[in-house]
Amino acid sequence: MPEMPTGETPAARDPEAASPTSGPAGGPAARASATPADPGATGAPAPRPVLTKKERMQIQRQLMPEQLAEIRAGNFGEVNLGLTEQLAILEAERCLVCPKPYCIDGCPVRVNIPKFIGHLMEGDVRSAAISLLDDNALPCVTGRVCPQETQCEAVCLRGKTGKPVGIGYLERYVADWAMEHRDLLPAGRPAASGRTVAIVGSGPAGLTAAGELAKRGHAVTVFEAFHAAGGVLLYGIPEFRLPKDIVQAEVDRLVAAGVAIAPDSIIGKTYTLPELREQFDAVFVAVGAGLPIFMNIPGENLKGVYSANEYLTRVNLMGAWNPESDTPILKGKRVAVVGGGNVAMDAVRTARRLGADEAAIVYRRSRAELPARAEEVHHAEQEEIHFEFLTVPVRIVGDDQGWVAGLECVRTELGEPDASGRRRPIKIDGSEFVIPADIVIVALGTRNNPLLTSTSPDLRLNEWGYIQVDDNLQTSMPGVFSGGDIVRGAATVILAMGDGKRAAASIDAYLRGELPPSTVTSPRATEAGESTEASAGAPRPAVEPAAKVAPAAPTAV
Amino acid sequence: MHPIVEKTQLSPNVTRLVVTASRIAEIRRPGQFVIVRLGPGAERIPLTIADADPAAGTISLVIQAIGKSTEDLVALEVGGVIQDVAGPLGKPTELLESGHAVCVGGGVGTAVVYPIAQALHDRGVRVTSIIGGRSREWVIFEEELRRAGDVIVCTDDGSYGRHGFVTEALKDVCEAGGIDEVFAVGPVPMMRACSELTRPYGIRTTVSLNAIMVDGTGMCGGCRVSIDGRNQYACVDGPEFDGHQVDFKLLADRLTTYREFEQDALRRRHEELLRLAEARQLAEAH
Ligand SMILES: Cc1cc2nc3c(=O)[nH]c(=O)nc-3n(C[C@H](O)[C@H](O)[C@H](O)COP(=O)(O)OP(=O)(O)OC[C@H]3O[C@@H](n4cnc5c(N)ncnc54)[C@H](O)[C@@H]3O)c2cc1C
Ligand SMILES: Cc1cc2nc3c(=O)[nH]c(=O)nc-3n(C[C@H](O)[C@H](O)[C@H](O)COP(=O)(O)OP(=O)(O)OC[C@H]3O[C@@H](n4cnc5c(N)ncnc54)[C@H](O)[C@@H]3O)c2cc1C
Ligand code: SF4
Ligand code: FES
Repeated sequence: MPEMPTGETPAARDPEAASPTSGPAGGPAARASATPADPGATGAPAPRPVLTKKERMQIQRQLMPEQLAEIRAGNFGEVNLGLTEQLAILEAERCLVCPKPYCIDGCPVRVNIPKFIGHLMEGDVRSAAISLLDDNALPCVTGRVCPQETQCEAVCLRGKTGKPVGIGYLERYVADWAMEHRDLLPAGRPAASGRTVAIVGSGPAGLTAAGELAKRGHAVTVFEAFHAAGGVLLYGIPEFRLPKDIVQAEVDRLVAAGVAIAPDSIIGKTYTLPELREQFDAVFVAVGAGLPIFMNIPGENLKGVYSANEYLTRVNLMGAWNPESDTPILKGKRVAVVGGGNVAMDAVRTARRLGADEAAIVYRRSRAELPARAEEVHHAEQEEIHFEFLTVPVRIVGDDQGWVAGLECVRTELGEPDASGRRRPIKIDGSEFVIPADIVIVALGTRNNPLLTSTSPDLRLNEWGYIQVDDNLQTSMPGVFSGGDIVRGAATVILAMGDGKRAAASIDAYLRGELPPSTVTSPRATEAGESTEASAGAPRPAVEPAAKVAPAAPTAV
Repeated sequence: MHPIVEKTQLSPNVTRLVVTASRIAEIRRPGQFVIVRLGPGAERIPLTIADADPAAGTISLVIQAIGKSTEDLVALEVGGVIQDVAGPLGKPTELLESGHAVCVGGGVGTAVVYPIAQALHDRGVRVTSIIGGRSREWVIFEEELRRAGDVIVCTDDGSYGRHGFVTEALKDVCEAGGIDEVFAVGPVPMMRACSELTRPYGIRTTVSLNAIMVDGTGMCGGCRVSIDGRNQYACVDGPEFDGHQVDFKLLADRLTTYREFEQDALRRRHEELLRLAEARQLAEAH
């Protein structure tokens, strides 16, 4: 069981809040606790005093209650425990409900942030939940994994003079409430449209599109290569950041809304994309960017070298963190993880929880350039993860039995900014040194998996192998849409979800015959010197439910 | 959900399960495999599609019980279900158009080589199969392979067929000449020996690599093998490769990665079975 930090309250631990000059901060806090509104039970609004702007400005940002670092480094329970109702309302009261809210511009899917926070500060969690769910299909997920510090919170007006409103924390609070109180939220099945849509991939893009299309009455089947749905949310992001029962609950909710899930269906193998297109009125391809990248340095085939994909899949999807599980994982005493993104942080903190005495991040730039979410870096530091900055591996050292013994590296210094705007690391000659390690995990990003694309000759890809789409997310194949990482390259959950939502709207328009033809041309049409009209196509009439392709009894997983 | 419709014991530790998987039965080709997961908590393991009956919607899996997951699978009875069967995975075998092929099978590898022999025979290629086992009771698929051509059976103890290893028989066949391709599937040392043997004759030799897999779709990289000095993924680039280019030492070494866990898992399984048996005895005594 996760444990709450004992002794001090999170509010009191806030260095700002604890400062003696913050005086009246206790005022609203005391008021909040004096008003025992209990939206936790019914979500019904309870009358709350309206604060002045000045009063709001005096409330300090609430801290997220979390498991103590020493304790959580030894378990897989969630690190962040979530705000209590009182803390959430107090945090909501910090929002100034700006007439021109910058935060909405900062959110890739333009969640109406002041609207849901406004309901919350009135104590009306139910209305907050209805508003939030209208904009964001998986708020339980984004509230936990969005890089808020570079999105909504980066532009929050309150951030100009202090700390921004904890938008992510509030999103999580409202979303978790909604998950617990589904029965209090409006539901209802739309009339069936008679149209069928296949979705390939059950990551955030696929799940979001499935929900949106089901809402419009289309019969949706989600084809997933793995035995369970969720994509990176399930096999990549660890339990301690995103509990798997949350992902499962979201999938269950889709199934309850009539979405069929077909696991163990590898498109490109079990069925091809052209086959799916024949059997369904439209297809949305959201297969992510699943292929691991290795370093191509000597020693990468030694036992004890993992791609982050393999390491995290074994632990998360296959449950290898549990010693009783049938799927094994090597538990190193000294683990070196190469990379500086979310994936690297997840891998190194997982290694720590599996018992590594020393777990290190090896990153070629400096702390300032780490691409991971700020909170993950902070949590990693608290968990005594060691950071080797300005360091590049050149060789993995092995012992005479073929096991990893260390990671030979060189130091770097930062030169001129490169195309990505980040300063380019330059190796320093003669600075070789060896980090002792028995496990090395490579977390340097992922690429397009050609399994699907190589069996779809009419699908136009860009020079990196990602699927090309037009503004409506249409591919070069009529009636086939795409989004998420397979279009953008490895990006974020919220961008994938945004694509899922846009694709659903486009597909709906397409099925009604209201979408202009794709501007992306078929690679074959160009080869044959044909005009772009080859790829244009009106939607076909609704066909019989796909008896051949849809598995006999798609199951929830 | 994939019910077991038939179960046959082929040798002391090899069992054939006929499993419902209609889509896979319909489209699978020789050389392809499935990833199987028995149920919640179980491992994902790769198994070759030994045979398929598209009309009945079934595939045959021939399983050598050597560890926890394979023992759990062969403990299933008719009517039992395997939760997940994903595939068909891997590249299909590149089949000769004509000529003379030799199919060498060691142990459970004989079941892997069988669909290849069958397909070669169907397109008019002459097939000679060389199969082996410790002794007579360990020889599998002899009858099936006879339908595809000549069969030379070898046993280590001479209790049946030719006395000795399959490699010795293969050498004689190569000496006789006229061989266009050799397919060799079995334990790593056997595939390595066959590849070394055919190299001087310049006979194209295809082996099927049993690297450790998780997803079977190219997303984890755990199944990487070294082919002609370059890394390839056995699940998507293979599982069949040119035996003359495979780094067998690396493959054999990587297969030992989880040995300690495997032995531990097997020990725990056997202890559990023992406990169950004791409990049953106790219950019966009362
Ligand atoms: C370890 C890790 C941590 C991350 N942390 C964060 C974070 O904190 N915040 C954040 O915003 N982003 C994070 N990301 C990135 C984010 O998870 C991805 O950008 C996002 O999941 C992409 O969504 P998607 O729907 O496009 O694809 P995915 O989530 O990759 O899902 C694709 C699905 O398609 C399936 N599939 C693939 N090929 C086929 C096929 N041929 N047939 C059928 N199914 C197929 C896959 O099995 C998978 O289930 C992280 C990524 C990883 C790996
Ligand atoms: C493409 C392919 C086709 C195969 N076809 C067959 C077949 O038709 N019949 C058959 O009996 N076996 C086949 N195998 C081997 C089979 O997958 C393993 O024997 C099985 O996974 C062992 O699991 P276990 O828990 O029973 O044994 P364990 O005790 O876990 O391991 C025993 C041996 O199997 C290897 N192994 C363990 N886990 C895996 C895994 N996930 N993937 C691959 N190897 C593993 C180990 O390295 C070890 O050498 C095939 C393997 C591959 C890669
Ligand atoms: S979805 Fe992400 S960016 Fe948008 S409001 Fe929520 S946390 Fe902020
Ligand atoms: S099994 Fe994961 S890449 Fe081959």
